Amino acid sequence: MRRLRLDRLANPQLLALVGVLAINWLLFPSFFNVTWQDGRFFGSFIDVLNRGAPVAILAIGMTGVIATKGVDLSVGAIMAVCGAVAATMVVAGYPAPIAVIAALAVGLACGLWNGFLVAVLDIQPIVATLVLMVAGRGIAQLITEGSIVTFNDPALIFIGTGSVLGLPMAAVIAVVLMVLVTLLVRRTAIGLFIQAIGVNRAAASLAGIHSRMLLMLVYALSGLCAAIAGIVVAADIRGADANNSGLWLELDAILAVVIGGTSLLGGRFSIPMAVVGALIIQAMNTGILVSGFPPEFNLVVKAGMIILILLLQSPFAALPFKRRPAAPNKTASS
Amino acid sequence: MADSQYVLEARGVIKIFGSHMALDAVDFGLRAGEVHALLGENGAGKSTLIKILTGAYQPDGGQVLVDGQAVTLDNPLHAQTHGIGTVYQEVNLLPNRSVAENLYLGHQPTRFGLVDHRRMERDARVLLTRYGLDLDPGSELGTHSVAVQQIVAIARAVQLSGKVLILDEPTASLDRNEVERLFEVIGDLKRAGLAIIFITHFLDQVFAIADRVTVLRNGRLVDTQQLDALNRTDVVRLMLGKDIAFSGATDLEPENPTTEVLLEFTGYGRRRSVHPFNLTIHKGEVIGVAGLLGSGRTEMARIMFGADPADQGTMRVNGKAATLRSTTDAIALGFGFCPEDRKAEGILGDLSVRENIVIALQGKLGWFKALNRDEQLEIAGKFGESMDIRAASLDMPVKLLSGGNQQKVILSRWLATDPAFLILDEPTRGIDVGAHAEIVRTINRLRDDGMAMVVISSELDEVVAYSSRIVVMRDREMVAELRGKNINPGVIVQAIANNPDEATL
Repeated sequence: MRRLRLDRLANPQLLALVGVLAINWLLFPSFFNVTWQDGRFFGSFIDVLNRGAPVAILAIGMTGVIATKGVDLSVGAIMAVCGAVAATMVVAGYPAPIAVIAALAVGLACGLWNGFLVAVLDIQPIVATLVLMVAGRGIAQLITEGSIVTFNDPALIFIGTGSVLGLPMAAVIAVVLMVLVTLLVRRTAIGLFIQAIGVNRAAASLAGIHSRMLLMLVYALSGLCAAIAGIVVAADIRGADANNSGLWLELDAILAVVIGGTSLLGGRFSIPMAVVGALIIQAMNTGILVSGFPPEFNLVVKAGMIILILLLQSPFAALPFKRRPAAPNKTASS
Repeated sequence: MADSQYVLEARGVIKIFGSHMALDAVDFGLRAGEVHALLGENGAGKSTLIKILTGAYQPDGGQVLVDGQAVTLDNPLHAQTHGIGTVYQEVNLLPNRSVAENLYLGHQPTRFGLVDHRRMERDARVLLTRYGLDLDPGSELGTHSVAVQQIVAIARAVQLSGKVLILDEPTASLDRNEVERLFEVIGDLKRAGLAIIFITHFLDQVFAIADRVTVLRNGRLVDTQQLDALNRTDVVRLMLGKDIAFSGATDLEPENPTTEVLLEFTGYGRRRSVHPFNLTIHKGEVIGVAGLLGSGRTEMARIMFGADPADQGTMRVNGKAATLRSTTDAIALGFGFCPEDRKAEGILGDLSVRENIVIALQGKLGWFKALNRDEQLEIAGKFGESMDIRAASLDMPVKLLSGGNQQKVILSRWLATDPAFLILDEPTRGIDVGAHAEIVRTINRLRDDGMAMVVISSELDEVVAYSSRIVVMRDREMVAELRGKNINPGVIVQAIANNPDEATL
């Protein structure tokens, strides 16, 4: 295994996160104050972890999709559908675990549908996932029959508002999911194959990679992640809001992945860095809120920060730091 | 040195990239009315010199002179005003616009401030006739063959500059007929007094068309010579600084009927792609495939590999019937395939040399038996050494390697899967002489080790040198199977050209 070296941590994403957190701390000195109350931690920083979790969970699935040169616009709508499924089922009297499993299954099915359109019918990902982005909210409204379905099932609510070892459940779910998915792609050959497809699908297919099956897998994973995020959000507000649950979050998720250094042109990707990207976005949101700026500032400041982060990643920014290229004509084996 | 002797001249030109001296005090002179071949292995400095002569790069030392006057060429557009035009290997035109628009883009004839399409097309027709092209100037450029597009690009470059024409591997994607046609155009331009620089990897073409030759090696000028004083071996020696074995038709590999049959294709084919063919391949046998571009060579290879599944006929592997629904089926049977278009279908450009080498083996192992980094490095290192892949590191992106080294990487990718049967489509196209020799050596070595191979190549001398048998494709049909004494370029050319509608060579 590779050793984790300090200079590996000095990447633009982590620097940006530290920078944003430092600015929050300057504007709002008690930002990092954490209090222990009712068996859990409270504080602005903990809030960033908690509120950032849904986008982080979406970003975990989105990373795989973007690495294959695709994009999944439907995740926000899938969140609404799955939240609606979980909520209506517990209201109808099913036990929470059954409702959760059903919602996950619906998310998986939505992802497989996207995968089918992209991998088998060869529809461009942006168009293929637009179908569910538009239709999904309608389906969610049909499930909730147009109203906000509220529930009181303690087990389901725990997923959104509970805590484990004092940490918010949503953040714990995001971290566990990040570790599991990262292990899945890095300890198997799936990560290499996803990169190969993203870089050159024709060449990858000729090298014997099942590109269709892999595309189905990444879209299915994205749907599953959206389902988890949808359940978390519904459980947090104790109700399924078909109109607003996950609204525009697909764009935040895409942004998180891009901030995380995965190119929309496909290829190399990093799931942990996408989660860091989600945290950067949430740290900015929270920072602007707690420092008392009007929320309108949020969007403008966010845009400015994003430009800065993307500039840090551009090849031009790297030039002054670039080491001299190694001497050519050297045989690799020598 | 007499100043006026040269239209375009480089004197003591130096170019440094980082710590690497790409050009070390190179002199180069181009006369009016000559075709001057510029030769060298990849990395010798040809492209750097061309880029300096066209203003794409600025020299770090020395001068560029046009008509004996020292000039500074800021960019290719500026070079154009000095009369220097360039045509690149990949045609840099707009395939979705008309031929006339491509010829006149940026300087269209106008009438009342609007583009005068009628005049443009009339002028274009006259211009095209001069180049021996009889086609509708209003037709989309992309609907014509690469050769026609190449000639349109030349017509445009000559029209715009008119003194010096630089042709950077213009023949790389042309077949024999098209090359002939291009050469006629070049000959006419030469007689009209144009000075032409011609860059190619094909020595035959150099001897067919060039008057003088300049050879570069490792950024240094080796020599500039009159071509009629040289023979093929002299030129290769200049390029490599050593003799390499260019084995001719003399040491024919005798057909070896004692080895077992590996593959049997019977009535194998695919509608609208390749007519059914019969072919038996023994272990330790190289089947050369000859034929013009578009004759169905590549299509046959793709069918054999399952990239386009066959829809008729049967295949037997080691006597057992097998079907190929996808490339994965073929790989499971021990097949491998190096495609013709390295960039589009071969390399995974952004991935490392190491990942490019292990990808097919990993594909064969499946999703869950992942090779770890150390195992990958071991495999990649082993092939890096045995194939002499020149890369600064196994972790550098493969797209930064030269074409020849990329080809070795793709070949290594398949050798890592320990294949029984390899299909190589134009394995030596567009690569430098050194890598070329290395790949031919590898083909011979693999055959002696008992591997069965199908090798498609346009270079007849080469096919003849390593093939045990040769099949000839024409019009998407296998028209001949040559063996023994018939394996020589003359017979192959006859077989290819047998149809009067086809090429006369």
